[in-house]
Amino acid sequence: MTQTYDAIIIGGGHNGLTCAAYLAKAGRKVVVLERRHVLGGAAVTEEIYPGFKYTVCSYVISLLRPEVIRELELPKHGLKIHPIDSTFVPKEDGDCLITYADEAQAREEFKRHSVRDAEMMPHFSEMMYKMAYAVKPILAYVPPNLTQPNLRDLRTLKNFGQHLKGLGKETFHQLSKLMTMSVHDFLAEYFESDIIRATTSLSGIIGTMLGVKSPGTAYVLLHHFMGELDGAFTAWGAQEGGTGALSECIASAARSHGAEIRVSAPVAQVIVNGGTAVGVALENGDEIYANAIVSSCDPKVTFRKLIEEKELPEDLVRAIDRFKYRGSSGKVNMALDAMPVFRGMQDPSLLEGSVDICPSIDYMEQAYDDAKYGGFSRRPCMEVEVPSMVDPSMAPRGKHVMSIFVQYAAYEMQEYGNRDQQREAFGNAVIDTLSEFCPNLKDIILHKQVLTPWDLEDKIGLTEGNIFQGELTLDQLFFFRPAVGWADYRTPIRNYWQCGSGTHPGGGITSGPGRMAAREILGGRL
Amino acid sequence: MPRTTPFHSRTEALSKGKRWEEWAGFLNATMYELDHIHEYNSVRTGCGLFDVSPLYKYDVRGPDALALMNRIVVRDVSRCGVGQVIYTAWCDDQGKVIDDGTLAHVGANRFRMTAAIPNLYWLEENAGGLDVEIEDVSDAIAGLALQGPTSRDMLQQLTNADLRGLGYFRCTEDSVAGAPALITRTGYTGDLGYEIFVDREVAEPLWDALMEIRRDFKMRPAGGVALDLARIEAGLLLIEADFTSSKQTMFEVQKMSPYDLGLGWMVDLGKDFFVGQQALRREKERGSRWATVGIELDVTGLEKAYAQFDMPLQLPARPWNGAVPIYADAAQRHHIGRGNSGTWSPLLKKYIVIARVEAKYGERGTRFFIEEMVEAKSFSIPATVVQMPFYDPPHKKA
Repeated sequence: MTQTYDAIIIGGGHNGLTCAAYLAKAGRKVVVLERRHVLGGAAVTEEIYPGFKYTVCSYVISLLRPEVIRELELPKHGLKIHPIDSTFVPKEDGDCLITYADEAQAREEFKRHSVRDAEMMPHFSEMMYKMAYAVKPILAYVPPNLTQPNLRDLRTLKNFGQHLKGLGKETFHQLSKLMTMSVHDFLAEYFESDIIRATTSLSGIIGTMLGVKSPGTAYVLLHHFMGELDGAFTAWGAQEGGTGALSECIASAARSHGAEIRVSAPVAQVIVNGGTAVGVALENGDEIYANAIVSSCDPKVTFRKLIEEKELPEDLVRAIDRFKYRGSSGKVNMALDAMPVFRGMQDPSLLEGSVDICPSIDYMEQAYDDAKYGGFSRRPCMEVEVPSMVDPSMAPRGKHVMSIFVQYAAYEMQEYGNRDQQREAFGNAVIDTLSEFCPNLKDIILHKQVLTPWDLEDKIGLTEGNIFQGELTLDQLFFFRPAVGWADYRTPIRNYWQCGSGTHPGGGITSGPGRMAAREILGGRL
Repeated sequence: MPRTTPFHSRTEALSKGKRWEEWAGFLNATMYELDHIHEYNSVRTGCGLFDVSPLYKYDVRGPDALALMNRIVVRDVSRCGVGQVIYTAWCDDQGKVIDDGTLAHVGANRFRMTAAIPNLYWLEENAGGLDVEIEDVSDAIAGLALQGPTSRDMLQQLTNADLRGLGYFRCTEDSVAGAPALITRTGYTGDLGYEIFVDREVAEPLWDALMEIRRDFKMRPAGGVALDLARIEAGLLLIEADFTSSKQTMFEVQKMSPYDLGLGWMVDLGKDFFVGQQALRREKERGSRWATVGIELDVTGLEKAYAQFDMPLQLPARPWNGAVPIYADAAQRHHIGRGNSGTWSPLLKKYIVIARVEAKYGERGTRFFIEEMVEAKSFSIPATVVQMPFYDPPHKKA
């Protein structure tokens, strides 16, 4: 059986769907081929336990590009984001730090920990806001090819240079620090309180096999500050129905423009003919042909699994093989019989925000120490959300779902014992540690789902379980992502394109790579 | 000194920032939390609980109750059967809108009218020769609006009334939390929702009964800012923001007909006499001066304006009411109307405005410019007339 399309998108994750939506909107005949029975890739909601919906992997939204929301009219297709604007951070001594959206309230709370830091916070926020604004135009550049720059690349480089120059001395200085320093050292320039440093540094290590004191983590912090929900930088939220509902909403936009989306349609290989990609072969033997084949998978899958080595230049093969994934995080999702009660949480509505388990810098660094030799943190850093607190669609009435993002779990931990045992031990470490802060937890667990980095690899297709399709370190950003010379969504194979988080502007639910790739495929115009 | 509503002991205790605004002479919570956004979100996801006691409420009883209602309002009330509610405007004899509100046909020869401003005098003035009894129950009756997708399931916990069988704009009398109540499936949010009216003596227990089960239904008490945001999304007009009551201004230029306000659909010129009918007939023939429309601002245009100052896009953090100039041309030479109420819609991710423009600019798809001040400079931001309500979810009527 053969069929012909203008474009085939491999992978129905949020970037694949975004790319499909833009191509379909431009009138192209598009088909999306998703391996799993459900859309979304890592942005997926599944009812693993009856009546309870898990945000299986990714769980919050902030970085979704506003132009994508606008151009694809996502609200019409179900986009509905609830702000998450408080963070409850319990300390080991029973005290806690709470961050609030309201400035006066936040200041009072910070003052309990450090008067100096409370005064510093608005300056820090303003500086990060400026940094995010400074970096924002770069998100929209097609990364130039540094090895063989064409006219457009030179123009981009010129604009890039002018942009950096235009930032002014102070901003440029801060930006270079953010690009190179560790998140801890960077924050130490602003804050004295350990718990404030710890709380703020958590987003610097997410998805990265580095500790808060490792250079390069300050950028990861900035990356998490670049969301622009409702015109406000750094705002975070949760999609109603979980992140899977967001994927469905992008899929609905794509379908409304005529895109065809198939699930349970795993692609075995891209068919290359004389250096040109002409179609794909499905695992079931079907072949589908198209003028453009677009992979939303990570660089390893895109270049090393779907394509034969002989089709690629050696330097690219080497670059892709060296690209760092190093999955560092796991996920535990739970169905709860009642509301979890955290020690020291006076106002239960704080459960509508985040609960972060990162009680001190030393705790966080020790969590990294455990994992950096290939294990998992015995007492991990965690970001906990209870989406059912605001969203009635997530759990039966009076019951709850809990999403726990866990850092660190090294991909290599499977080498320390059999996978099932390691998964069990990892899940226990998470629940034991969280129970220290949430005493009723063990009594209310109805069901748990534990995902290790290799589960993310097997289930979602993320190499080594890296949630960003490759680490967000300076050597893997912009024109380095995924490889110098091939950061412009093209590949050495004619008509074969990339559109995943392994390309600029990188990971997280941004839809940025999907949109940028579509623009390139359409000759620069959406 | 504004008065307090029958729920005040409860609302006061919940108000974190003690932020109040005046509504019809009463203290009304601007917001309970320090920001309105969670309250607004509850309305769209769970449900929000609004104290609507400041509404003026009139009971109209007697053999001629229907006749009086039909004489006053612009809609044909004879089509409003028992158990039905209508939203309607009423006019002075020049056909200018005095007020708008709901009319519930509670029982045979019995109506309950809600209004934004005092209307007792107007009702009595027009009741001449009619066998009808008019009672101002504004103070005696407390009102709550429970609005949002979970409102039905939640209210059902406290009443035996068949809420699933209670259609959109229908009403029923039944007990709620053990007290006699009038339940109307109405609201000011454009969502699934109910308004519950009870004697003021049982106000507090009703509030407590709802709060008791609030967590299971993601319910939150919500204040004026959340309500303003929701009602703009729902394309519902607000007196003193989108129009002025013809009884509250001496100046002709400020008086508006239902046609000017986009309420022409409700005017039934064919029915028997009603106040303002002749004037409205003439206006219908002649054409109206104004059109009240929903417009959507081009956010990228706004973003460009801010970029001139090297600033990122700023969106209004709260809904606004005012008079923002609208022009046919970007050069701001040809002034054609004003934006009256506007907001960034967190749900639609759009900047929406309820505007009044010269009638010929009221067609859907018409493009013009709305003024926006960025720092000390005026910009013309492109805007387009779109369909109103901006937000109209299927569950509203389901």
